[in-house]
Amino acid sequence: MTEQLTEDSRPHLLRGVKLKNDQVRKAWVLLAPERYLRLNAISVDILQRCDGAAALATIVDGLAEKYKADRAMIERDVRGLLNNLLEKRMLGL
Amino acid sequence: MNTTTKPPLAPPSALLAELTYRCPLACPYCSNPLNMGGRETEMSTDEWKAIFTQAAALGVLHVHMSGGEPASRRDLRDLVAHCAQLELYTNLITSGVGLTRTSLRELAAAGLDHVQLSIQDAEPKSADWIGGYEGGFAKKMEVAGWVAEEGLPLTVNAVIHRANVARAADMVDFAVRLGARRIEIAHTQYYGWALLNRAHLMPTRDQSEKAYAEVEERRERYKGQIVIDHVAPDYHAKYPKACMSGWGRMSMNVTPQGKVLPCHAAETIPGLEFWNARERTLADIWANSPGFNAYRGDDWMQEPCRSCERKAEDFGGCRCQALALAGDASACDPICVKSPRHGLIAEIAARDSAEKVEGFIPRRIERTREKTEA
Ligand code: SF4
Ligand code: SF4
Repeated sequence: MTEQLTEDSRPHLLRGVKLKNDQVRKAWVLLAPERYLRLNAISVDILQRCDGAAALATIVDGLAEKYKADRAMIERDVRGLLNNLLEKRMLGL
Repeated sequence: MNTTTKPPLAPPSALLAELTYRCPLACPYCSNPLNMGGRETEMSTDEWKAIFTQAAALGVLHVHMSGGEPASRRDLRDLVAHCAQLELYTNLITSGVGLTRTSLRELAAAGLDHVQLSIQDAEPKSADWIGGYEGGFAKKMEVAGWVAEEGLPLTVNAVIHRANVARAADMVDFAVRLGARRIEIAHTQYYGWALLNRAHLMPTRDQSEKAYAEVEERRERYKGQIVIDHVAPDYHAKYPKACMSGWGRMSMNVTPQGKVLPCHAAETIPGLEFWNARERTLADIWANSPGFNAYRGDDWMQEPCRSCERKAEDFGGCRCQALALAGDASACDPICVKSPRHGLIAEIAARDSAEKVEGFIPRRIERTREKTEA
């Protein structure tokens, strides 16, 4: 069973999953066993906030504030990304 | 020479470092070449470090420390530490045999990112028989425990063939119990030692299909718990695999002697010129080695691949398999239903899976035994 993401979850990248600012590709990448994902700027912003201390609600608040965007929309994006990483066993809560 | 039609060459993302061909195990499907060089031919610590430094500058993201058994190299920790300093993601591909509690702790402290542990079967006696190493199974269980204690992520890797095909799905259950985050279930691909042993390894179509379905069924059950990477049985497939995600597109293999190859079987193709990292820079080799350029893009393709809409997806399959089965490395991989030689595959599969020869030709650095007496 996939863990459930809630407002109080404190998401963090699991050991062996790393953000890297790749100088050769001039892009941020997420490194995991046997794969890497190229990240867009917003995904990088989301994942940099997933430090295992901040709750999901706080992360969403912070992003809504920064991008002056609709909170519900931001939350949908954040959950989309995090659920995807949960399923791939790259994220812990 | 510059061509204007080709897109610019992307940097490689992965480097498989075959640190040594030495290995305490003797798996009959080992992908190492049949003529393996021994210790005295291997590159030094400094030579490997120089290669990793160049790899990082070239854009490599993942380094896979492989072999043989990489733990047979005494400088493994040094090499891992060097890669970690370069911010390369380091993966240890190991049989577990040769690691100790202390050496694993040191590797973790040096910055190792991930461990990939091979298992030969879910059943201890059979596993030890397949790997040709008494006590190997028990040792692997122990190593899996250490990996968990270190908090390192674990992938379990299992190669499926006639002797363990009935337990393919059990191996997934087993990997879950070991705490693995990922499992690779790969039905045997017939190169190197596996090609030599094909008549001992080939399961029947029914066995393959049953195993395949059972493993797929686990995917839903373990969703979010373990990721299953499933490599389908080639000889019973309709389309070939995108071998190495395309020749010279993403990754390179460096042999213990410094030769740089697009895949581990590439040297079986006669007439290709591969360059050596002892003599040239990695950047030069990646861009200009004739062996790498031979099957890049699609200029080299013949029909039916050339006009096929799947060519950007599977790149016409595997060059080494095209050579081995169709006698021409630029032919369509005969695994493909569109290949005029596709009929041959079913014949070979039926013949080799029916043959009742037991025992393997075990992988050996000096291949002296032509037959097993098992
Ligand atoms: S496949 Fe088996 S024999 Fe070959 S290197 Fe791996 S553990 Fe050793
Ligand atoms: S014809 Fe060639 S490109 Fe098309 S599916 Fe078959 S192997 Fe792939």
